[in-house]
Amino acid sequence: MKKKNYGNLFILFALTVFFAILGGMLYTGNIGRQFTNMLIPIFMYIVLAVSLNLVVGLLGELSLGHAGFMSAGLFTGCLVSIRLYGLVSDPLRFVISMLVGGLVAAVFGLIVGLPTLRLRGDYLAITTLACGEIIKTIITNLKITGGARGLDTGHVYSGAKTLFPYAVVLVYLTVIVMMHIKNSAQGRAIMAIRDNRIAAESIGINVTHYKLAVFVIAAFFAGAAGVLYGHCFANVKAASFDYNVSIEILVIVVLGGMGNIFGSIAAAVILRALPEMLRGFENYRMLIYAIVLIMVMVLSNNKKVQSFRYMVTGKLKKKLRERKAAKQAKKGGEMNG
Amino acid sequence: MANKVKLVPGKSPNLFTERDAGKMPVLECIHLGIDFGGLHAVQDFDVAIGPTEITGLIGPNGAGKTTIFNLLTKVYEATSGTVLLNGIDLKGMTTPQVCKMGIGRTFQNIRLFNNMSVLDNVKAAMNHTIDYGFATGILRLPKYAREEKLGTEKAMELLSIFDMQDEAGDRAGSLPYGEQRRLEIVRALATEPKLLLLDEPAAGMNPAETTELMENIRKIRDRFEIAIFLIEHDMNLVMNVCEGICVLNFGQIIAKGTPEQIQNNPEVIEAYLGKKKEN
Ligand SMILES: Nc1ncnc2c1ncn2[C@@H]1O[C@H](COP(=O)(O)OP(=O)(O)OP(=O)(O)O)[C@@H](O)[C@H]1O
Ligand SMILES: [Mg+2]
Repeated sequence: MKKKNYGNLFILFALTVFFAILGGMLYTGNIGRQFTNMLIPIFMYIVLAVSLNLVVGLLGELSLGHAGFMSAGLFTGCLVSIRLYGLVSDPLRFVISMLVGGLVAAVFGLIVGLPTLRLRGDYLAITTLACGEIIKTIITNLKITGGARGLDTGHVYSGAKTLFPYAVVLVYLTVIVMMHIKNSAQGRAIMAIRDNRIAAESIGINVTHYKLAVFVIAAFFAGAAGVLYGHCFANVKAASFDYNVSIEILVIVVLGGMGNIFGSIAAAVILRALPEMLRGFENYRMLIYAIVLIMVMVLSNNKKVQSFRYMVTGKLKKKLRERKAAKQAKKGGEMNG
Repeated sequence: MANKVKLVPGKSPNLFTERDAGKMPVLECIHLGIDFGGLHAVQDFDVAIGPTEITGLIGPNGAGKTTIFNLLTKVYEATSGTVLLNGIDLKGMTTPQVCKMGIGRTFQNIRLFNNMSVLDNVKAAMNHTIDYGFATGILRLPKYAREEKLGTEKAMELLSIFDMQDEAGDRAGSLPYGEQRRLEIVRALATEPKLLLLDEPAAGMNPAETTELMENIRKIRDRFEIAIFLIEHDMNLVMNVCEGICVLNFGQIIAKGTPEQIQNNPEVIEAYLGKKKEN
């Protein structure tokens, strides 16, 4: 039985079109300054949301410390980048600093993950939130990261045109890694833990092992995204990456749909771009933003809407199956005849 | 700690059939017990099960039957006693480790992976067959495709034994009740157990489904040559498929024997069967 995964191909295709359009606009200069500035942050939020979806959607645990991991990666990565500036070629510098940022964030993921593994649900959410805040406070108080005044990233600052290719590669990497995890034995184990922990253990799945792995992998991508983000500002303060950012990422994940990679991407783009697009409405823009959010949440949580969706997809699947069965029956008939 | 006890039919604490005579028991419980606070939920539970035996565990509600399964699978740690699986002491092992040692189980309240497909429910349990690490999966190394293909084939084979191959793509949570119960058994079998624990497999089933289940239970034993230990309130099923029966009341064994012996045991009739009739 061979199964082609058209869903994943569609996501990659949509991403490629999206990148091609944005890249074309960016490099031909057909894009406003404001929009240019939004580009890298949007990509960062895509990476953050898709990676957090591994924790929230696939593992089914609420983590509110994602901004902390991103912050840890951002500062170490940018420090590495500052040190390496002029010593190595720019592409190598970006790659090394993103790798180091990701790895440091992954270590933080492990450090946060280990003691909080026994916690679940609300308790885990609150603890990860606290851990994120602790990371923020530590960075704010370290001399090497510039303390409360923030880290001066002025001379490694790069424009959207320079960062665009790296951002594209990082988004592709994140999305592909998440897809591959989802469709692997490990992904099944992770989703099994989400759906029923006790049953998962009863079939030999080591819950601790997978939970830690998920935390570490998600933190790695958050860290790498942070490094990218750090490079599009002349100064970065840890204080700007507090729990509000973590919650914003969570909102994107929930809005896009639990475990839905395409949803996370789309929601990240829309939620990051929406407030900017609503600038014309000035005073009302946050209000509209909030109303849109509430409406989507209510609608996607509505039993009738859900059952309608199941009905449509279920009918489609059934048709496909029937057609396949008919084909096979025909084949069998031919063979007998 | 390996035990060299061989099974002798009719001798305490053993139950079984001639077929398993002289073989080592797949499961042996020695003075197994657990307290919840002051409550002795299970006390001095002694049982030995032959490697291809179907054994029933019956008793009134709250007798401690499910608790025994939870002790065997390490959901709870025993307060006293020993569990030997093929002579190996399970002391200190975790639930996943016990599964790898060869105990598969189903649950009284169905516990499927509702949001996953039927096929994925089975494949998730195939750690023996589908064996590769995170890196292989992420990098899609050749081993990934090989193992996945093999896994899918084996899972489909298992599903087709129980006539569920057509539901492979369905969401497990959307299956009708009877099929959910069946899938839980298939999933437990996918772990390649030597001992299968079934907790009230016929609960909520209609007579036709129960008859089919009885056939399936025998089919599993014959085809996979494993031992089955089952909890059930349906006396028709128990008396028909079980070769040995163990009756529990207030956490203690009150009788053990063949179905005929149990049916004629006055203590059992009073504690369990008799009471059942009044309801
Ligand atoms: N985790 C626990 N903490 C405290 N008491 C428990 C726990 N689990 C079970 N018990 C108690 O142990 C006793 C045995 O429960 P158990 O679930 O094993 O019964 P059972 O024989 O499976 O009953 P049923 O036929 O209703 O399923 C009950 O009195 C129950 O309340
Ligand atoms: Mg029970």
